[in-house]
Amino acid sequence: MQPNKRAFDIANIRADFPLLAQHVHGKPLIYLDNAATTQKPQIVIDTLQTFYSRYNANVHRGLHALSEQATAAVEHTRQCIAQFIHAPSANDIVFTSGCTASLNILALAFSQGYLRAGDEILISAMEHHANIVPWQMACQRSGAVLKVIPINDDGELDTAQALTLITEKTRVMSLVQVSNTLGSINPIKTLIAAAHAHNIPVIIDGAQAVAHMPVDVQDLDCDFYVFSGHKIFGPTGTGVLYGKSHWLEQLPPAFGGGDMIETVSFERTTYAKPPHKFEAGTPNIAGIIGLGAAVDYLQQFSFADIDKHEQQLLARANHWLAQTENLQLIGNSRHKAPVISFYCDDVHPHDLSTLLDYEGIAIRAGHHCTMPLMQRFKVPATVRASMSFYNTLEEVDVFFAKLAQVRQQFQ
Amino acid sequence: MNPDLRALYQETILDHGKHPRCFKIIEPHTHAKQGFNPVCGDQLTLYLDVRDEQIHDISFQGKGCAISMASASMMSQALKGFSIAQAEQLFQQFHSAMTDANVNELPHPKLKVLLGVKGYPNRVKCATLGWQTLESLLKSIKDNHATTDVISTE
Repeated sequence: MQPNKRAFDIANIRADFPLLAQHVHGKPLIYLDNAATTQKPQIVIDTLQTFYSRYNANVHRGLHALSEQATAAVEHTRQCIAQFIHAPSANDIVFTSGCTASLNILALAFSQGYLRAGDEILISAMEHHANIVPWQMACQRSGAVLKVIPINDDGELDTAQALTLITEKTRVMSLVQVSNTLGSINPIKTLIAAAHAHNIPVIIDGAQAVAHMPVDVQDLDCDFYVFSGHKIFGPTGTGVLYGKSHWLEQLPPAFGGGDMIETVSFERTTYAKPPHKFEAGTPNIAGIIGLGAAVDYLQQFSFADIDKHEQQLLARANHWLAQTENLQLIGNSRHKAPVISFYCDDVHPHDLSTLLDYEGIAIRAGHHCTMPLMQRFKVPATVRASMSFYNTLEEVDVFFAKLAQVRQQFQ
Repeated sequence: MNPDLRALYQETILDHGKHPRCFKIIEPHTHAKQGFNPVCGDQLTLYLDVRDEQIHDISFQGKGCAISMASASMMSQALKGFSIAQAEQLFQQFHSAMTDANVNELPHPKLKVLLGVKGYPNRVKCATLGWQTLESLLKSIKDNHATTDVISTE
């Protein structure tokens, strides 16, 4: 345990999350769908309630006490997020509605004058649809071409190929840090440096990383870093777009409206400075303040403790996976977040999901918004169990016991 | 199995799910159409041999959960020999039985086991995948359109 950090006591941690104590279909809930969304600690729920019951007001507008309080709370969260990902300034933190919105804002901005016909946008084969489709749309707008870094059979990024795909034509690279389907942790720092050698800006999709590992955007030297609040124990409808200040200065805003302007006349409008330039309209005020509470909550713990526990969960899952017959594991990266994704020939993932649901176990079945990955591994869909720091070894054991049981019963 | 799941996974459904009938590509076929459920990735292709407004033969192939495979299997069995008008009527009856809480009757007794899926709303789309593909195929037969598109449950 690091000094000033809360002891990692799993029972104690679970008591912070009221939802985890629930029963589903009469069975104690085992929540293993954390890559889809995480549960919320009581402090986040209380923060939302306090906002709406004590100081709900719009931000950056009113001069009355409630508005000042709400504005201060939002700006405090901006500081808190900047410190959390080690951004140089709170002004580099833009609030969005989620990781998808962050990526769309960037793809839209880059296709307004920056990307030209024949330019290349580089992504990887393990991107979430949110880091594929906005770039395809950018290609349609600009005439740029999408290039894809392949992966190997273990679900690891082919870094040698990546280096050959980074060329003079590449104008932007957007990569996932941790795959939501495979769990693979990508060597982004190396690839960021390789892209920078060609003056290529790099966007990192950190949606699946922020809840599992410390992030230092200055150490990574990425130009942009995006993530969602709800995957880090915060409210849904919140997201972050970090950008290096010179990029946020030069990129055009995606949306126009209130709050993002300096002066407006019918002849000409001048924009506010970043981050407000990118925050048209009333933001998700309650959500942002709740996200601040979530990040404060998470930072009570040391990531070393979180990682140690999560790697134990993953090791236990791997132990059971190795003993399970007729199971195809998708994603076996050397560096892996606590996510397992697999396909069993005898019971379709969708049926497994329903069968396990009735045992109180929440997992995800489907393509996980990564259809190209399903094609790559030649499976129609997978079962995905994604763990968080509040899951227990016993839950992993029960999951595999129930998996064996329901497969047997389905025969 | 959890007793609460018995209405969903009835014996007949499990049997058809594991051993789908009419699971092949019929040759010759006059029409084919692919159906796709983007939520879960289930997909199937429905093949029809239609002559003189009558379904002489029907088959399908695909990959999906027990519910989607069983439903397509039972549908294919039921439709063999039907006229296009009869097939359209059965689709309408099945569709309203699956989507309307007040309709719990189907003229085709063998298909009635599929009504158990209604108790599991997030699985209804699995049961309707084959049927929606059928509907789209019948529409293109009527419109005399080429029938090579992909239809989606969304």
